[in-house]
Amino acid sequence: MVHLILFLFFGGICVAGAVNLLMQRHPINSALSLVVVMASLAGEYLLLGAEFVAAIQVIVYAGAIMVLFIFTIMLLNAGEEERTGKSRVAMMLGIPGVAIGGVLVAWVLLRHSSTSDVSMFALPGVPHDIAQLLFHDFLLPFEVTSVLVLIAIMGAVVLASKPESIAPTHAEPAQKKEEVLELVGAGKERR
Amino acid sequence: MSNIVTFAIISIIKSAAVVFVLLTAVAYSVWLERKVSARIQNRWGPTKVGPFGLLQPLADGVKFIFKEDLTQPYVYKTLYIASPIIAVVFAISAISVIPFGGEISLGPLGKTYLQITDLNIGLLVVLGITSMGVYGIALAGWSSNSKYSLLGGLRASAQMISYEVSLGLSLIPVMILAGSLSLRHIVEAQAHKHWNFFFFPLGTIAFFVYLISAYAETNRTPFDLPEAESELVAGYHTEYSAMKFAMFFMAEYSNMVTVACLSTLLFFGGWNGPVFSDNAIIVAIMPVMWFCLKVFFFMFLYVWVRWTLPRFRYDQLMAFGWKFLLPVAIANLIATALVVALYPNVFSVATK
Repeated sequence: MVHLILFLFFGGICVAGAVNLLMQRHPINSALSLVVVMASLAGEYLLLGAEFVAAIQVIVYAGAIMVLFIFTIMLLNAGEEERTGKSRVAMMLGIPGVAIGGVLVAWVLLRHSSTSDVSMFALPGVPHDIAQLLFHDFLLPFEVTSVLVLIAIMGAVVLASKPESIAPTHAEPAQKKEEVLELVGAGKERR
Repeated sequence: MSNIVTFAIISIIKSAAVVFVLLTAVAYSVWLERKVSARIQNRWGPTKVGPFGLLQPLADGVKFIFKEDLTQPYVYKTLYIASPIIAVVFAISAISVIPFGGEISLGPLGKTYLQITDLNIGLLVVLGITSMGVYGIALAGWSSNSKYSLLGGLRASAQMISYEVSLGLSLIPVMILAGSLSLRHIVEAQAHKHWNFFFFPLGTIAFFVYLISAYAETNRTPFDLPEAESELVAGYHTEYSAMKFAMFFMAEYSNMVTVACLSTLLFFGGWNGPVFSDNAIIVAIMPVMWFCLKVFFFMFLYVWVRWTLPRFRYDQLMAFGWKFLLPVAIANLIATALVVALYPNVFSVATK
């Protein structure tokens, strides 16, 4: 019973945050709504007994990535977005699209409504189980994913570096951010 | 009485007691800071209100409540009001997973741990909560709509993002050595072996990396650029007055208490220490005393460092964080992992 109430509570907050994200006109309000969505998703993970995933969700998404989003919005001082007139193509394609998507999701859910409940801690959720899965059972996919992330980082560094100094040898994700940050600080020293 | 009622009553009592102690500690760390800084500068500090100025925090509290609460017309009102609340809520709720003693017996009510709640991911919860605290400061700077506040907020968020990486990496060796993420297990693991700080040199390096990054995370000297008085007036809380300003102050000092607690728990054996008697009451109280003593030492260290070291320059801050602290933390992590993997029977890594 408590479980169901909590599920509806976090689910409600999550959906409300997502709707608010789209409705808000100022980017910083949208970004903050996204933080609410991430945090309530962490609540849902906790209800499944996946406490490690919940903690990582808060630390990585709500705590680190969204802070960077907000930092960028603050740094660029992005203003309120302007509402353009209603696009007729968007209306004609969007509303039927949403309707079809909703019907599909509802159909799939109803068709599989006979699936039995999953009791708490039935699925791997404690750090030890996650470690076992990541570093033992699925070691190769995990390593491949990390190489993929490395490629993305190197791409970001190359894109961010100035044309004359492409490919610094000590490429790190820190590099790009640090340059931005030094710009923030350097402006004040030059005064 | 059913189980759930007992649990609820014990939890409420524990939470109320812990929050009360935390807020008192916060108020008196301000007193400690003023007193110690005064002694360092050969002054007296607060002396007028009560003996040794001990009632000064109370007087300050009353003053904050009765001061005029100004809200400038140019601020973004919702976020302007929300940000001190965000800062203080996350700062205080981090204490919820901090254990401060062993198990005690409550007679007919059974036994309970001296901790609001024991999670097996306690350390991650503290990290998650403190990482959310950045929002309070960043949004305060932005919503004030003033250039000093904005620059302060930008500096604070940049600094906290940068040093959070080293902070996290300096904690992983501790997790590896204890084989657990639960703060209680980490302390108990140190009781059987030795304190992580004395695990030379790996634990010692991890401790110093942690301490330095934590000082940067809490925006304290030598990393207090977000509120550098000579250039930014007061940084992110320039436009705040009365209780809203006090909330930022409370958030800063509660974060300091959290950092002091974590240093104690992770590197200095938590509540472990010699107990000189067999008396049941002394056996129950002595560990808590040890814990408080260690936390007090770290609070004192905070003040000591603040009034001893000058402030970094901004480029020095970033270069130090990314080019020195981060590589050291990574190297230390790899070394610790190697040592534990090579000598598994020495460290007896927990299986579950």
